[in-house]
Formats: sequence, structure tokens, C-alpha cells
Amino acid sequence: MYFAKEMLEQSSTLRKKWEDEVKRGLEKRAELKERFSTVSDLEINRLYGPEDIKDMDFEKDISYPGQFPYLRGNQVTGHRGRLWTFRMFSGFGTAKDTNERWHQLLKAGQTGLSTAFDFPTLMGYDTDDPKARGECGKCGVAIDTLEDFMQLVEGIPMDQITTSMTINPPATALWAMYCAAAEIKGIPLSKIGGTIQNDMLKEFIAQKTLMCPPKPSVKLISDTVEFGTKHVPRWNTISISGYHIREAGSTAVQELAFTLRDGMEYVEDVLERKGLDIDEFAPRLSFFFNAHIDFFEEIAKMRAARRIWAKAMRDRYKAKDERSWWMRFHTQTAGCSLTAQQPYNNVVRTATEALSAVLGGTQSLHTNSLDEVWCLPSDFAVDIALKTQQVIAEETGVTNTIDPLAGSYYVEALTNQMEEEAWDYIHRIDDMGGMVAAIEKGFPQMEIADAAYKFQHQIDSAEKIMIGVNKYVTDEVQEIPLLEIEDRVETEQIERLNALRRKRDSKAVKRCLDDLKNACKKEENVMPFCIEAVKNLVSMQEICDVYREVYGEFQDPAMY
Amino acid sequence: MKITKKVMEGNVRAASRLIRNLEDDIPEARSTIKHIFPHTGKAHVIGVTGSPGAGKSTLIDSVIKMYRERNRTVGVLLVDPTSPFTGGAILGDRVRMQRHTEDTGVFVRSLATRGALGGLSKAVGDAIHVLDAMGKDIIIVETVGTGQQEVEIINHAHTILVVLVPGMGDDIQAIKAGILEIADVFVINKADRDGTGKLYRELMNMLNMVKDFPGGWRPPIIRIENAFEPGPFGKSVGELFSKITEHYHNLIENDLLGSRIRRKRLMELNEALRAYILEPLMKKLVETGEMERMVDKLMRREADPYTLAEGVTKKYLNGTP
Amino acid sequence: MAERKLRIMVAKPGLDGHDRGARILARCFRDAGYEVIYTGCHQTPEQVAAAAIQEDVDCVGLSCLSGAHRFLFPAVVELLKEQGADDITVIGGGIIPAADIQFLYDAGLKGVFTPGITLEDIIKWINENISLKG
Repeated sequence: MYFAKEMLEQSSTLRKKWEDEVKRGLEKRAELKERFSTVSDLEINRLYGPEDIKDMDFEKDISYPGQFPYLRGNQVTGHRGRLWTFRMFSGFGTAKDTNERWHQLLKAGQTGLSTAFDFPTLMGYDTDDPKARGECGKCGVAIDTLEDFMQLVEGIPMDQITTSMTINPPATALWAMYCAAAEIKGIPLSKIGGTIQNDMLKEFIAQKTLMCPPKPSVKLISDTVEFGTKHVPRWNTISISGYHIREAGSTAVQELAFTLRDGMEYVEDVLERKGLDIDEFAPRLSFFFNAHIDFFEEIAKMRAARRIWAKAMRDRYKAKDERSWWMRFHTQTAGCSLTAQQPYNNVVRTATEALSAVLGGTQSLHTNSLDEVWCLPSDFAVDIALKTQQVIAEETGVTNTIDPLAGSYYVEALTNQMEEEAWDYIHRIDDMGGMVAAIEKGFPQMEIADAAYKFQHQIDSAEKIMIGVNKYVTDEVQEIPLLEIEDRVETEQIERLNALRRKRDSKAVKRCLDDLKNACKKEENVMPFCIEAVKNLVSMQEICDVYREVYGEFQDPAMY
Repeated sequence: MKITKKVMEGNVRAASRLIRNLEDDIPEARSTIKHIFPHTGKAHVIGVTGSPGAGKSTLIDSVIKMYRERNRTVGVLLVDPTSPFTGGAILGDRVRMQRHTEDTGVFVRSLATRGALGGLSKAVGDAIHVLDAMGKDIIIVETVGTGQQEVEIINHAHTILVVLVPGMGDDIQAIKAGILEIADVFVINKADRDGTGKLYRELMNMLNMVKDFPGGWRPPIIRIENAFEPGPFGKSVGELFSKITEHYHNLIENDLLGSRIRRKRLMELNEALRAYILEPLMKKLVETGEMERMVDKLMRREADPYTLAEGVTKKYLNGTP
Repeated sequence: MAERKLRIMVAKPGLDGHDRGARILARCFRDAGYEVIYTGCHQTPEQVAAAAIQEDVDCVGLSCLSGAHRFLFPAVVELLKEQGADDITVIGGGIIPAADIQFLYDAGLKGVFTPGITLEDIIKWINENISLKG
């Protein structure tokens, strides 16, 4: 029991008194709403008190930073010892354009790099594929070959700066380029650090950046985990992502549950397929959450996530190393909470969301720019977003103490509730035979679609409020400067690619692709073959085409 | 007639508009069918039925591919339910077949049930004629897949596939009512799941109890692996494909195709008689107020329904029911 | 004689898979009483146009969030025109900067919808602007 019996009795008496007064008050004047709920439509009580958390066990459920169940953080000194990494997602146009932006960000105080790729790269198509028409450089940087990649990392100290790459189906190819680039620069693989997103399950569930069917997709991910464990020990080979699940319209609990269950699916596949010991690879698994607009719900979600993962790793997978129990995560503020109307309000939303991520104990943070509803951010907008993090870190004092909200009746009760509801989902998915089976049934997809549809109706009926959209609407248009990607980017990139195809050693290319195909067929680890291939200027799509040929292509079954 | 000619030339715009007009019950469309009818009867019509989520659309997608590899042209009709509340419908089956969209040898058309029972839309029969007249060698019809009463397909298809999935409540007891009797080929889809063996044995037991199969055709049971595993999936779809073809040959060799077609003709005639005789008569009764007056009489128990019906036949049909 | 039903296609051309909006719209159109054909993600303009013709829709609603709308939307309009199907109204939505809106209208789109529009507004627009075939 979390509280002494006397205290609970006192509380009960006083609570009764308060409730009576509330009743009298309500007779005179009703509250502002009949029902109060989070942005995920979780109903919230009028007040939380000791009785709401009386069943907690201090040692098992709360404890201290750096101690199981890590509710209060992995690091014993929290953000006092080390701030989160300021990691702004960026990439646009050609590799050269992005490289220039990176240098600018590092100069402005950013401490890690994060790469946005354009859609053809994300989907495993070179710029000259017919499917890529009109997309080059639009939503990120276009990378076709190692030559592009060398330009991207020009002048970047790869042994000092960690780089995150948001890449999924072609993750093996892009990571191979990173490894090859480091080798060319004379940096050993053991010295490079960073993250590849490499989380295909959430693509099937939410974002639909698809290439091969679920099972071989998971196999390729296990290859990277194995390769990282053996050769690139500072690399996070999967960033198990809830961000996109949330952006697709899920609730906070769904984000939490599906993301953690995805993580468990990867763990199970590596254990089974690769025969690694859990403690060999689990410490390098990382997570990626969304920080949405409902302040306390987000904090509770992140705290619950740490506790669920610690329990799952220790009890379900029998990990012994405490680093395996830690959930380390990156956070991005919610793109879907931003509005096209009155775009400057987005600065305020992002600041609030960033604050919740910090209080939730994030290790790394991207703050969205005010213009991201419209396009890739302009320099001006990125600068404000980065400074938002700096203000939180250095002016507000929220990092003065560790996990300041612990012990709050509300925050602890909400954390418990979210954990409980998440386990419910996790067990339901277990019963379906795991996440791949659940995805094949369309279960998480439909749960999210229902939540998204409900939310849209709540916005349309003004049951939920978005300022500038359904309340305090103004006709006046706020003009903001937008970043434009010129069409010349596509023509130039195609010319570069054609020139490279003419000059490279076509025999070596063919040999590399044949070797890769054999490796795929024999279920060998593809990573060494990918690295050899990209060094011989095999393009990213050529590698992906091998996967498509051997494993088959996956079509989105479009659940609605 | 211009539109007939266009449809017979395989014009997609003309055909899809004609199907639209048939669905919307436009009288001109009905008369177009008069011109088209003599040119139909060449296609092999395949019906695909089974519960929702059984993977019918993905299966059809693969079967289309096999026909296209053999240069046969394919028309596909996909039926999805109309919402009884709003009258709207989401027709999403074609998502699984989008890779064939640009192939001019494939025509895929989605239809909503618009209140029709039996798993099909009222326009399906005529839509089949349209595809047939366009010259499609193969016509595949996918039913709604809501469950037990989807036997309407028997009136339209020469070969019927019943797609079942283990562990989805597809146990024999639940679906015995009708749907199993119409199967020419059984497909156990997603046959890597638990319960496949049980479902297979149940089907075998059921078939073992049948004494005599028409034309000696005992419906085969094809097990199809998870569609996410391209290798084994492709192989078992190949097996399904040859069974479909075999069944069609069996119908022809045993002179059974004629009786299937005769069943469809009878049904069509029924429909036409209903549309030309009963429906206008009912409409007239409503418009003249006679219907209401007859109901009033029933309410007061001054007459019974049979006497009233006799009265109507005497007045409008010369007393010959 | 039955009533004419509005048939509308919701399509996602291009490589982006952000289909939250498209799927919400599909449900919303169903609830408005339309027959909705949904193509799923990752369609080429050629696939969208061919499907629209096979389905004889009154309207094609395109959704694109990747910034490639300047190429993809006009391509669909053009392909429909080439195949004599310019009576099919093409509308589009997504992340479309103000500067591109006129460009899209000039390219033949009849409606361009940007973030923040309500479902109700879209339905109203369709009811007022799409005439049923016949």
C-alpha cells in the first residue's frame, strides 16, 4: 500500500466534504463541459487524490531514477547530468543542399544530425524510375548512390557526430552507404554512432512506406541488428516508432501499445532467427515517440513506456543486463497537431509539446517548425524550433530536478491507467499470434482508422478544439515564407545518376547484385553484401530490386 | 445502335457507363441489353464467395494474373455492401487488383449491393452480359461475403469457388446452410494457420456423405498458403487455376453447362416478368390509392389478402393469375 | 426507376503513404450516401485515370502530401482528357501551398482543398458542384 491507513482515512473524510461542496456548486453553475477528456478521448476525473494511487507499490512501481522499473528515468542524474540531444530532422533537394543545411545547424548549436529522405529514396526507387516522377528532393534529400552519400557527409566529423536516418524498406542499403562512407574517410565502424529507423511494422500499421511482405521485412531488420551487434556497437539499429502510428490518428494508448508490441516482435525474431543472447542486442534498441498536444497524457505515456519495457525485458525475455531494461527514446512534436491557419500559433503548440517530452524524460528531441503543415521548413522556421528547445533547456528551470511530476496523484494515476490499457492491447495481439499476424488481420490498422475518424468528427463538431480551425477563426491570412524545391533538382539528379551509370564498372555491379541475391536466397546476412555493392556504386534501387525479386512486393491492403 | 457497337468493340467507357445506367435502372440501358443479349454466352463465369476477410480479392488478383499469362481477357465484378443507414458504400476490393488496372485485357468494376439480398447487386446479371459482349473470355464475380445466404451467385456463375479460412468461425455447422452445396471448388485460404487440418477433415467428411456428384465432379479442396509468402502461394494458386479449368471442361463434357445456363435464363425471365408485369402493377396500385384502400379493408377485416389479390387479377389481368 | 447515385474515387497518386486523410474522406463520403471507390496508396497517374474510367465515377478526389502534386494532379487530368473522359471532375487536396493553387486550377482541377477544411465543407462543395451522369 502506497499510503498509511490513517492518511487514507483522513483523505476520505476530507474528500467527502469537498464532494458535497462541489455538488452545491454545480447546482448554481455547471462546469464548462459535461465531459472532460484528453485529446485521445480518455475521460479525466474532476480530481485525483491518494485513493487513486493507493494500490501502488513504491519499490515495484515507482522507485528511483536508474532503478527498476525506470519509471523515473534511466540515468541516475536525469537531465541534470546530460541534456537530451537537440536533433532536428532535415533534408531537402540534393545531397549538396542538405549538407549545407547540416553545417548551418551544427554551427547553431544542434548536437546531432537527423536525415529526411525524399519519397523515391524512402520507397527504394532511384530518381530516374517512372514512379519517382515529380517527387525528387521534395520531402527530403535524394540519395541514389554512394557518390550522393559522400556529398551528404562532406566535412561532417562522423566519429564525433551521431546521425539518425529516417529510412525503412531500404535501410540496409542506406546504412551500408554510411558504413562505406566512414571506411572511405578512414573511420572504423566501431567509432561511428547513430540510428536507422528501420521499423517496418509501423509502416504496415501506419505510414505505408512499403516494399516487401512483413516476414522478409522483419528478416532484413534482424540482419541489421546482428550486424550492428557484431561490428557497429554504437549504432541503434532500430528506432521502434510510435510517431507515425500517432500521426495516422491513433490514441496515445494505441501508440504506446502498438509500438511496444512491435518492439517485442523484433526481439522475438532476433532471438529465434539469429540465436543472439537478449543482452547482446537489446541495449541498442531505441524508440521514437510522438509528443502530442495533451500535456499530461504525453508525460504519462512516456513514463508508462519505460515501465512496460523494463518489465517486458526483464520478465518476458529474461534479460539480465540493466541496459537491456532501459527504454531510450527520441521524441518529435506532433505534426498533426499543427494548423495551416494562423501558423504562428504552431510555435506555442510545439513549445508545449516539447516541454511534455522533456518532462517525460526524452533522450533526444525534434521540434517541428511552424511551417511544417505546408512544406519542408524554411531556415527561419527551423531556427525558431531549435531555439524553442534551447529556451526549455536553459531558461525554464524544468531540468533542475529529475522527473518533477512523480508522485502527482493525477500523473501517477494516468500513467497506471495507460500502462494497464496498453497491456490489454499487447495481450490481445499476443493472442492473435503476434504483431505480424495482427497486421495481416488488419487489427491495428482498423483500430487506428476508427480513432482517426472519431477525432475528425470531434473536430468538425467542435467537441475538440483547434484554435484557428474551429474556434477563434480569423479570415486574415498570415503569410509565412515557404521553402520551394525547384524542378531543376530532379533533372540535375537524373543527369548525375546517368553519368555515374556510364562510368561505373558494370561487371562489378553485376557481380555484387548476384552475390546479394544469393545471400538473400540462402538467408545469409545481407549487410556485408550491401556494403560491397554500394562501394561498387550499385544504386539504392538496384539493391531494393533484388529484395523485391526474391521476397516479393507488398501491396497495401488499404483498410478503412 | 451506337452504344451496342461500342461495347462489342470492347470500349471501356461505353461499357462502364452502360453498367452505371443498369445500376441506376435507366430504361434505355435495359433496351441496350436487348441488343447485346444475342452476342453473349461465350465467357466462362466464375463466382467467388466466402466470408469477409477470407482473402477473396487477393486470390482473384492472382487468378487474373494466371489468365493474363495465357492471353485470356478478364472482366471482374466486385460487389460490396451498401450501408443501410446512409445508402453509401465503400468499394475497396479493387485495391488488391490495382496492378492490373493499366492492362487493357482486364476490366474491373465495383458494384454496391444497393439493398439487394443474396450477396450480389441487382445489376450483376446484366453487367455480366456487358462484359461478355465486350469479349471478355473470363468473368469473375466476387460476392459481398457477409455470410450464409450468399447463394444468389449460383444463378450467374458456371464455376463457384467457396473460400474458407481456418479459425475464423468458418466451421461447417455455421455455414452449412446453403453455401457449401453450391461449391464447385473449395479453397482453404491462409492455410498456414492453426485449424487448417480440422477444416479440411470436416469438408472431406461432408463430401464423403454425398452419394452422387453431378457429372462425377467431386469438389476438390485446395489449400492456399499465406499470400505474404510469394513462393508457396504462387504454387497453390496454380493448382487452383487448373481445377477451375478442369471444372469448366467437366461441365462441357458432361453437358452440364447447359443446365447451369438454363437456370440463369429462368432467373432472368423471372426478373424480367417481375419488372414488366408486377412492378408496374404495384406502382399503379400505389399511385391510384388502391393499395391504401385495400390495406384499410384489411385493417377493418372486411376482406382477406387472397380475396383482394383475386380482385386485382380480375381487374387488371383478365382474371388469369 | 432508381435514383442516380454519386460515384466518387478517392485516390492517392505518388509515393507518399500518408493516407489518414484519404481514408477519413472515404468513410465520410460513404456516410454522405456516395459510392466510394478507394484505390489505396502509391498509385501512378495512369492507374488512377484507368480506374476512374473503368468505374465510371463522377469525380476523382486526389490526395497528396509529398509536394509532388504539381506533377501528379495535372497528369491525371491530362490522362483523362486523352481518353475522352474529361467529364470526370478532378479535385485534389493535401499540403498545397497558396502559390500552387492557381497553377492547379489552370491545369484543369475543379477544386483544390488545403489543410483545415472541414468534411462538411467538402461534402457541400461536391453536392453543389458535381452533376450526376445521365
